[in-house]
This record gives sequence, C-alpha cells and structure tokens, in this order.
Amino acid sequence: MITYTVKRLLLAMLVAITVSFITFMLLRSSGDPAVAMAGPDATTEEVEFIRVQYGFDQPLIVQYLDWGGRALRGDFGKSAYFKRPVEEIIGGRLRITMTLGACALTFAILLAVPLGVLAAIRPNTWIDRLALSISVIGQAMPSFFFGLILMIVFGIMLRWLPISGSSTWKHFILPAIALGYYATPAIMRLTRSGMLDVLESDYIRTARAKGLRAGSVLFKHALRNAIIPVVSLLAVQFGFMLGGSLVIETIFAINGVGFLGYESISRADLPMVQAIVLMVSMFYVVLTFLSDLLNAFLDPRIRVK
Amino acid sequence: MKKNSQYLLVGAMVAAFLLLAALQPVWAAKSDNTLNIAWTKELESLDRYYNTAREGMIVSRHIYDDLVYRDPVTWEYKPLLAKSWKWVNDTTMEFELRDDVVFHNGEKFDADDVVYTFNFVSNPDNKVLVLRNVSWIKDAEKLGPYKVQVNLKEPFPAALEYLAGNLPIYPNEYYAKVGSEGFGLKPVGTGPYKITEVDQGKRIVFEKNEKYYSGSAKGMPAIDKIIQRTIPEVTTMVAELMTGGLDWIYLVPTDQAEQLEKMPNLQVVRAETMRIGFLQLDATGRTGDTPFKKLQVRQAVAHAIDREAISKNLVGGQSRVVNAACYPSQFGCIDDVTKYEFDPAKAKKLLAEAGYPDGFEVDFYGYRDRPYGEAITGYLRDVGIKANMKWLKYSALRDATKADKVALVMNTWGSYGVNDISNITGQHFRMEYNDFARDKEVTDWLNKGDVSIDTELRKDVYAKALKKIADEAYWVPLFTWVSNYVFSKDLDFTPHPDAVPRFFLSSWK
Repeated sequence: MITYTVKRLLLAMLVAITVSFITFMLLRSSGDPAVAMAGPDATTEEVEFIRVQYGFDQPLIVQYLDWGGRALRGDFGKSAYFKRPVEEIIGGRLRITMTLGACALTFAILLAVPLGVLAAIRPNTWIDRLALSISVIGQAMPSFFFGLILMIVFGIMLRWLPISGSSTWKHFILPAIALGYYATPAIMRLTRSGMLDVLESDYIRTARAKGLRAGSVLFKHALRNAIIPVVSLLAVQFGFMLGGSLVIETIFAINGVGFLGYESISRADLPMVQAIVLMVSMFYVVLTFLSDLLNAFLDPRIRVK
Repeated sequence: MKKNSQYLLVGAMVAAFLLLAALQPVWAAKSDNTLNIAWTKELESLDRYYNTAREGMIVSRHIYDDLVYRDPVTWEYKPLLAKSWKWVNDTTMEFELRDDVVFHNGEKFDADDVVYTFNFVSNPDNKVLVLRNVSWIKDAEKLGPYKVQVNLKEPFPAALEYLAGNLPIYPNEYYAKVGSEGFGLKPVGTGPYKITEVDQGKRIVFEKNEKYYSGSAKGMPAIDKIIQRTIPEVTTMVAELMTGGLDWIYLVPTDQAEQLEKMPNLQVVRAETMRIGFLQLDATGRTGDTPFKKLQVRQAVAHAIDREAISKNLVGGQSRVVNAACYPSQFGCIDDVTKYEFDPAKAKKLLAEAGYPDGFEVDFYGYRDRPYGEAITGYLRDVGIKANMKWLKYSALRDATKADKVALVMNTWGSYGVNDISNITGQHFRMEYNDFARDKEVTDWLNKGDVSIDTELRKDVYAKALKKIADEAYWVPLFTWVSNYVFSKDLDFTPHPDAVPRFFLSSWK
C-alpha cells in the first residue's frame, strides 16, 4: 500500500509539473505580454519599458524555472495587473466561487437525485421520459442562455430575485440554479442506473418480501447503496464547478476565480493565470489521488497491479 | 458571447419589460440622491499613475484634482489647484497655487504636494504605467509655500493638456506612508468626491466631498453618492438598468442601444468621441511589391469607400466623416485638405491607370469593430479590390505590423482624450513600425511642431504635414467613433467628446 501511495503521489506531482509547464509555454506563445499589458494605444517605448521591467526579455526556460522555484515556496509572485500578491487576490475570490459551487451542487443534488429515483421506480414510463427530458435540456442548453432566461423571468418580469452581484444570499440563487442545472444530467442518470441495478438485487427482494414499507425499502436500503458512485461523481462535478463557473460568474457579475482567470487571460496577467491553472489542476490531481487511494483501499486487486 | 444572441436577448428583455410595463420600477436611487453606475472594467488600482484604462481616468477626475482644468465644452483651460500659470521659457513653467484646499484626509494642500507628486511620477524608478503622461517632466521645484516651478526635459507645447486631467496631485505625506499599493485601495485626493469603500473588482463607493473648495472650476457636485459596480456582461447591465438597479451605463453596442431606445424610462445618447478610424496603406512597400506603393491606388481606395454612408448608417449617432489625420477639435488639426469624395467610377479609372484594371487581392487587417471593416470590404469589392479580412487581437496585429506583413489595415486612435494633434499624428508618422508612409518631410514637420511652443509655427507645420498626408493618401481617414450612453430619463447627464463622463456636472431632474 505504501509503495502504491508513493507511486501515485509521484505521478500526481508529475502531472502538476507538466500542466504548469505546458500552460506556461502556451501562454507565452499566445502573444506579446508586454503589448497586452501596455494597452492598445501605448507607444513603442512604453511597451519596451514594460518588457524589461517584468522580465519578459529573458529566455522562456529561465522565466519558467524562476517562477517554478518561487511557486514551490508558496510565492506565486505579484499579479502583473493588480501589483499585489497573486495568492492574496485568489484567496478572496475563491470563497465566492466555493460558495457558488456549493450552492450549485446542492441544487443539482436536490433536483437530480429525486428525479433519478423517480425514473428508476417507473422505468420506461412518462415519468422516466420526463426526468430524462429535464436532464437532457440541462445538458443541451448553453449555460449563459439559461442564466439569462432565469434573469429575464425572475429578475425582470417577476422581480423576485436580484439580477447580479454577490452581496446577499439571494444573489446566489439564480446563478446556483444556472450552474447546478448543467451538472444535473450526469448525477440523475447515475442515480437512475444505480437504483435500477440495486432494485433488481436479491436483498431488495428480501426486504420487500419481509413486508417493509415501499418508502423504507427505497430510501433505507436501495438509495444508500446506489448513491455510492454518485458521491464520487459529485467530487468531480464540484471540481468542474470551481474551474468552470466562468460563464455564470460573468453573466451574474459574481467576481470569483473563474471570472478572474478569464479576465487575467485577456489582460495577459501571466502570474495570475499560471497560479489559477495550477490551482484548478491541483484540485483535480488531489481528487483523483484521493479516489485512487480509496479505490485501492476498498479493492486490494488494484494495489497489486 | 455571440453578438447576435446578445441582440436577441436584449430584444427579449425589452419585450419582457414592455409586456409588464404596468409594474413600474421603483426608482430608489433618486430619493436618496444616489447614482448607480456600472462598467465592465475591473480596475487594477485607483492610483491613476498605475492604471491604464479609461475608467481609471474617470475615477481620477472625480476624486483627484489637477493643477489645471479643461472645460469639456469650450476646451478652454481654467484654474483648478493652480490659480495661475505662465511659461517662463520654453522648458520652464511656473504655477501659483490655491491656499484654501485640503485633502480628503485633512492634509493641507501646498507646494510640497505638487513637488512630491511630479518628482515621484517623473522618476523612471517608480515605473509609472502611462509614460507619455509624465515623460516630458524633468522635475519640480518649490518656489514658495504656494508656488512651484515645473522643469521640462525639452519644449513640450501640449504640456497644459496633460496638466489638465492626466496629472492628479497626491498628498505627499499620506502617499509616502502607504505607497502605491495602499493608495490604490484607499485613495485620497482633493476632488469633488471622496472614496468611502473599495471592494476591488466589484464596487467603488464615491461620496460628495462636503469640504470641496468653493470656486473650483469643477463646481460642487449635486449628487451625494455614486455607487459603481463592475458588471462584465452588457446584457446583465441592461437588465439591471431596466429594473432600476442601475441608472447609467456606457459603451453599449449600437444594436443594443437601438433596442433600448424603446424603453420608456431610459434615454440613449450616441455621443461622438475623439476616437477616429483610418485606413493605413503600405505606401513604401514594406510588405513587398504591393499595389499601394502607387499613389493612384491609394487614391482609388479613398474614392471607393462611402464613408458618409458607413458613418451615418452603421456607426450612427453623432458620428461624422473626418478628412485629415486628426480629430477636428485638436490643436493643429485642419479640415482644409484634399478630400476624396465617394466615386467608384473614378476609383476604377485610377486603378486602371495604375495598371490594375481588374483590381487585385489583398489581406485587410483590423482589430475592432469588424462590421465597419465588412462594409469597407464591400465597397472595395465593388471597384475590384478583393480584401480578405483578417481581424486579430490588438497585440497580434501589432506583431504582424512590426513583421512587415500588413499592407492594409483599419486602425483607430482615441488620443487619450488629449486635445492636441501631437497625440495622434505625431504617434503615427515617426518612422516607427506604425508609420506606413515613412515620409521624411512629414516626420520633420511633425517633429518641429511637437517641440515648439510657438503656436503659429506649430499650426503652420501641422497644416503642411496634414495636407501632404491627404495629398499622398497615406491614410484614408474614416469617421469619428461614437460612444453609446444609456441612462435613466431622470438623470441630467451630458457626454463629452473625450468620453470621460463627469458626474460632478450631473444632477437629477
């Protein structure tokens, strides 16, 4: 188990280094950071000035090693745009993105799990189809469009909820729905298929034969087993929501990490983009690493391979 | 997001709103004299010397004062922190300062603040971002408690332009204590508004400076409080505006602004800005053997495009055609140059004379306002020039220009709101990468004008340069850009050509 853990850990670190290296090189080759920082109407001297000030005239590999060395010590440098430490700015925005992600995930669970259970109880009926349609719409509709529809209906027409911002809990309702709805199909389908499998198993038949009430069979016996794969899916979905909430954050003017990442790209704020990409990829790396360990712990065969 | 879908969505919003027009919005803003505004930009710092965006300029004009004020209507220079000024010689200016001004934090304003600010920003070690604002200053000296002398590196006739809006005066003691980083989050100035809250990237709260000195050219503001929010998506801003969450937005795309004209509670003003568009043609053959080396071809391009039609129909609002390589109000700009009227037949004739009776094919570059480029492409096609549009990010276009790949480009220039020709013409005919003409005579004239404080001499050399640029059709000047402002009908607000909104001049009706 220890050898396996060390191997996985090394692999995870290798992934992190590779990701950081590739993003670093891609970012540098995407355009002249000095020009982007100086703005469209800058003169040649102004651009050259910025190039030297920020070390963009150094060889790429030197720039990468310099950055990597400092990042290992927890110093991601100063944002080229805000002129303040990167970790300080990301820290502030992460809380908002986490809140949004958690709300969205809660919404997705509250919608998807009951739908999945309903669909599994009555497979191939109109209930099943309806549940499927609801989830397919979630996957098919672009989230910005859905977000704006919500805004028009609940913000402009009904005036029930605030349209944009993040100052109160009410501000999180619409964006959480828009973001969470996108995660619904995967959760719903996994719940449905898990429930279908479990419902056909022997112990459910036994439970039913004992004369237990249907609700008790369903929730105490069936769902608790069917939900296990869903839980690991949720971890991945949460990771996705942290990294992928950019569109929703933009539309609802919630200034979180996703939006910060997007803006930083267009501002060519390289230290910021580097740190955000590394953070999001590390999030996945850690989640994968943990689930690998969990699987290995549960299933000894994986360890031996 | 795609433009079309935005257009549809704004349409849907207007429809939804009008459908439920019975539910009148509650204008909370007016009763508490608070103005809610939004823009898309997230400012990096409120220290004007360390931000580059127009929004930085807007904040600056509200919370800081400069030595001089430029009247946004008459373009006249008026006293602000300086009571009077004079040119001692070509490179020395003297300022008499007001003695009744205090900063928002209570610090008294005097000559030390001016000297500190100017010496700080002109020191290259301090890495001020917009170099052009400060690079002409050598240093400043204190002549008395309320008297300073500013020394220039070389004669710089546009100095007053920069002193009137781009060189805010900071409190020396406070700035020295907190540095740019601290100042950027908790700025202190002498301006008509003070900042009471900064939630970076989200909102900035401005409150009226009750102790603002009477007799300021900016005047005492009528609106007590301004709350600025950063909203990156225009559609969202529009939704907030409709429901009364916002009172004012700007830079709204034209098609959406048109839709918003239907709203009963909003007004749309499509105001002219100092930004002008122009085509640059490779007259010297940097890209190889290009047809644009021939004068007739360049003139043919100028005759081929119906600039009036694009300006009127596509840009709309107050946009107008320009003929010289500058914005009409700028010092030194004249309109009395060779004009190329829309005449496709003449264009074809000129092309034939140049040896291109069947036209030719060329890559047509640009970086913004693609629809205008598309219209131009259409006009060029009509006379036989097949222009393949290549719209790039600004930095990529700049790289391509530097690499001598660009023979035809639609560019724009906003002059940073500086009402002096040196900020536009001088920037484009300096034998640098963006000089498509490389005409020594033009460069020399412009150089002469840019460093002389003799106004008659300046006018003379600029006129010569502009006439030659037009005669040679080095540029095809297009038209002025507009900025679309959408705001509550209850707000009294006037846009100005430098596109810097002045809320200290606004009030509720």
